[in-house]
Amino acid sequence: MQEMMIAKARELLKSGAVQRVLGWKAGEFAYDVEPAVFESAQELEKSFVYNDFCGSNLSKYLIAQSRKEGKTLVFLKPCDTYSFSQLLAEHRIVRENVYAIGIPCQGKTDGETLKGKGFTGILSAQCEGDTFTVHTLYGDKTAARADVLPERCLNCKSKKHMIYDELLGEDGEVLDSHRFDMVEKLEKMTPDERFAFWRGELSRCIRCNACRNVCPACTCEKCVFDNDASGIAQKAAADSFEENMFHIIRAFHVAGRCTDCGECSRVCPQNIPLHLLNRKFIKDINELYGAYQAGEDPDAKSPLTDYTMNDAEPGIVYHRGGNQ
Amino acid sequence: MQNEMTTFKPKIVAFCCNWCSYAGADLAGTNRLTYPADVKIIRVPCSCRVNPMFILRAFQRGADGVIICGCHPGDCHYTTGNYYARRRMTLLFSMLDFLGIEKERTRVEWVSAAEGAKFAATMNDFVATVTKLGENKRLEDLRCKK
Repeated sequence: MQEMMIAKARELLKSGAVQRVLGWKAGEFAYDVEPAVFESAQELEKSFVYNDFCGSNLSKYLIAQSRKEGKTLVFLKPCDTYSFSQLLAEHRIVRENVYAIGIPCQGKTDGETLKGKGFTGILSAQCEGDTFTVHTLYGDKTAARADVLPERCLNCKSKKHMIYDELLGEDGEVLDSHRFDMVEKLEKMTPDERFAFWRGELSRCIRCNACRNVCPACTCEKCVFDNDASGIAQKAAADSFEENMFHIIRAFHVAGRCTDCGECSRVCPQNIPLHLLNRKFIKDINELYGAYQAGEDPDAKSPLTDYTMNDAEPGIVYHRGGNQ
Repeated sequence: MQNEMTTFKPKIVAFCCNWCSYAGADLAGTNRLTYPADVKIIRVPCSCRVNPMFILRAFQRGADGVIICGCHPGDCHYTTGNYYARRRMTLLFSMLDFLGIEKERTRVEWVSAAEGAKFAATMNDFVATVTKLGENKRLEDLRCKK
């Protein structure tokens, strides 16, 4: 796949159809893959990679790249195309300046997860069906795919590309995933247990703002969290209230627009399962206002900018789901 | 002294829409209906003006309960404001519940300008509920507490 992508990118760069290529660049270690812009065939040859560590969602970078002169070639995995489509619906990306190529994805792992599973000296990793082979300094080791993939990939919602100009490889289907299982599990707890669970998770927050910076739905040029007068601009552990408030507001600001790409949880240096907050909103919206997935249909109205006469009253929260 | 320590007086913030509920509160007053003085009313142009951050901010500054009052759905002065508020608040309250914060601390009630009695009854009921819950411990900011 990587060779096909480089060949395609070189061809388009050479013909002048695109001015730059947005892809992934190899880092110092195999798992240090980062998003990068390539402007020449030499750069592509030198450091362009596509492997099982290319988890980052490139669509947000298009906001800046598509405003430059000339076209940008971008490689999008199925879940990235949801974000791309949503950003287009919000008029954040100049569509004419983007040439999107859809690429297949079998789920992406990351260095942290592998290290957590006891792999050291990682040189590269490969996924074949359900077996994950990790080449290390100490020889090849294998693991079950389910053991090394993050939750967002195990419960992948779709292998289908929502929008693209060209497709490399096969398009998949929207999957019948179990992505709300964890949310349901939490809903079934008592409020005390839930409170304890979230205190345990959120109290680790160091307010690095990585979740906000990476989120393809968080694209405001001026952010409320950068405002010193907002009352929540303090750094970590100033008060437990700030962690609660930051995460409630962060999730609320993207409610109805979140494409559930799971980037927030991936980048969190403290491994807080932030995507669960977003999923809670998605689940509530699905249950109360009809099934809706941001990024799926660019013409659909976001549930929070819409209403019906017979919407549920807020009091419904007192009666539905969960323990008292 | 002992009495002072044991009787808990909650702080309640009520966001009232200018066109219906605020007038409803006025009517409750002119009708000499009593409701607890613990309710601090903040007048907003429409229930839709209430940003979820306002509610969290109220809790941060020491509120024990927050109630939002607006025109009945269909009667909004701005035609549709309260429909949007209804969706937003439903989702926000559900999220607070998801985080394990007592859901009874937040409420939305539709009170028209003619419903002074309903306003007083709602406030009495809400204050009683929050008093029973006690102090807001789960969504407090210790720096703002004296």
